[in-house]
Amino acid sequence: MKENLKIVVLAKQVPDTRNVGKDAMTPEGTVNRSALPAIFNPEDLNALEAALSLKDRVAGATVHVLTMGPQRAADIIRDAMFRGADGGYLLSGREFAGSDTLATSYALSCALKKINPDLIIAGRQAIDGDTAQVGPQVAEKLGLPQVTYAEEITEIKTNTLIVKRRLEHGTEVVECPIPAVITVNASAAECRPRNAKRVMTYKCALAKSEIAADPESAAAKRVAAKPALQIIEWAAAEVDPDPEQLGLQGSPTKVKKIENVVFQAKEAKKLTSADNDIEALMVELIASHTLG
Amino acid sequence: MNNIFVYIELEGSKVADVSLELLTKGRELADTLKVKLEAVVIGHDVKGLGKELAKYGADTVWVADDAIFDPFRTLPHTAVMCGLIEAEKPQIVLFGATCVGRDFAPRVSSALHSGLTADCTQLEIGDHKDAKTGKEYTDLLYQIRPAFGGNIIATIVNPDHRPQMATVREGVMRKELAAKPAAGEERTIDWKKYVKDTDLAVKIIDRQIEERKIDIKGAGIIVAGGYGMGSKENFKLVHELADVLGAEVGASRAAVDAGFTEHARQVGQTGVTVRPKLYIACGISGQIQHTAGMDQSAMVISINTDPEAPINKIADFAITGDVNEVIPKMIKYYKQNSK
Repeated sequence: MKENLKIVVLAKQVPDTRNVGKDAMTPEGTVNRSALPAIFNPEDLNALEAALSLKDRVAGATVHVLTMGPQRAADIIRDAMFRGADGGYLLSGREFAGSDTLATSYALSCALKKINPDLIIAGRQAIDGDTAQVGPQVAEKLGLPQVTYAEEITEIKTNTLIVKRRLEHGTEVVECPIPAVITVNASAAECRPRNAKRVMTYKCALAKSEIAADPESAAAKRVAAKPALQIIEWAAAEVDPDPEQLGLQGSPTKVKKIENVVFQAKEAKKLTSADNDIEALMVELIASHTLG
Repeated sequence: MNNIFVYIELEGSKVADVSLELLTKGRELADTLKVKLEAVVIGHDVKGLGKELAKYGADTVWVADDAIFDPFRTLPHTAVMCGLIEAEKPQIVLFGATCVGRDFAPRVSSALHSGLTADCTQLEIGDHKDAKTGKEYTDLLYQIRPAFGGNIIATIVNPDHRPQMATVREGVMRKELAAKPAAGEERTIDWKKYVKDTDLAVKIIDRQIEERKIDIKGAGIIVAGGYGMGSKENFKLVHELADVLGAEVGASRAAVDAGFTEHARQVGQTGVTVRPKLYIACGISGQIQHTAGMDQSAMVISINTDPEAPINKIADFAITGDVNEVIPKMIKYYKQNSK
């Protein structure tokens, strides 16, 4: 494998969909992220582990996390650094708001062109949308081959990787040249825990806008003294995009309507085996999309 | 031109159920729009599928047949699909939300810069008015899907880009023979125009495809049977309801111990913990050992002859009645009312 293998992990900070409240959506039908607890997307942690395990095996390899999101998304970059990543990039700005998967992958691909990695690893899908589209869409935008549903990178050859994929009813082993995009399945190895020493070092890692928000803080001063702690933050203009392809206007898909599905029947509704009771129940389940 | 495409997925030499389900839905959409339904087959030794696909309503069957297409690889499939879409300009393209569809449909959407909605549960034709510009659109594809862990249902449209693309999971749509068979006219895709050598960069070294395993953990809907089902023979009713609803079958320990079904289906403390969006408990009393494994379900329906059964404490709907009477009615009324 080549020297100084440069790996970028695509990660997303996601709302914890297990705890969704009423104010989760804006009136425009986009996600109101500030109203929800935010976590590291679970499969992106599997992706991070895949990258870190390559770093363990390939001398000189580096792992950086790239995420697009608001300022607080820098949290997951720090978290990745606690677990072993070398650093990260935060792509942040109003221009990106309202992006669908295609606009998101366009923005990420612009940043990736600037970073120019040898390997891109992402989680298969994020729990807020469950689309599994961004990985393949980024690969297409960059003209790279892809390997989806990776469970393990089993072998590293001169210019190719051997990857085991998990399919619906089995597994497949493929050989893929790099550069490439690999998306990692939840069945892959779990991410290693935070390392206490790294937490002490990188808890002060900050992005530009975080430093600007409180330049006199102890952490901001430490970053100033030690530039390795700086999380690279790019606004839209810094990744040289076609503005038409960003955010809401760059998104072919539009949300027409949102319905909340909140089941709060605490008291069991009592039904009999009479035909009209059963039919009313089935009609209700179909109308609420509980049944396909 | 402006027809509807359905990508046909193959499992060996057999057409995947999800593709036939999509043809059934595609036929309905095509009739609404008064356009043709076209199936796209990319594989090896796949000629002669026209007749079967015609039964499900395919007017045209596009075929790219070569060894490079089997087993599936992302890049050659993407190249062929993109090339054909650019040449034929369908207004709608549907894919199964399978490992294959979810792998290459996003690439097709990215290459063509057109929207793709994943895992739709409903597809309808309707009009749309842009809230900001006031621009009106007719006959768009409404792509309806749950999002946010199933907490919301979103209707997505692609007003300005074509084709409108969607993926749908297996079992979500119904598979039905067309009222009258379509022509199923086979047409060859001139795929050599589209596939480049670099599209063959990824090599498949090994494939191990296993039998489908029981996986009740990941199921969205579970129909579970208990001791109250009465017998192994009668437990088949649970399977029948599950099949109709696209659900997995679960069981209580008592039902497993009585030999009604296998242990892999056992829900509860000594079995599997599940969190489906719907759990239908048939003849299960609801001992804590069982409910510990399913009380996180988003919705619980219980069927029990005893109105005081503990399961009713956590149920959203408690049906007091005999499973032998209730389950067949559920099947009947589901079939009557689902689209």
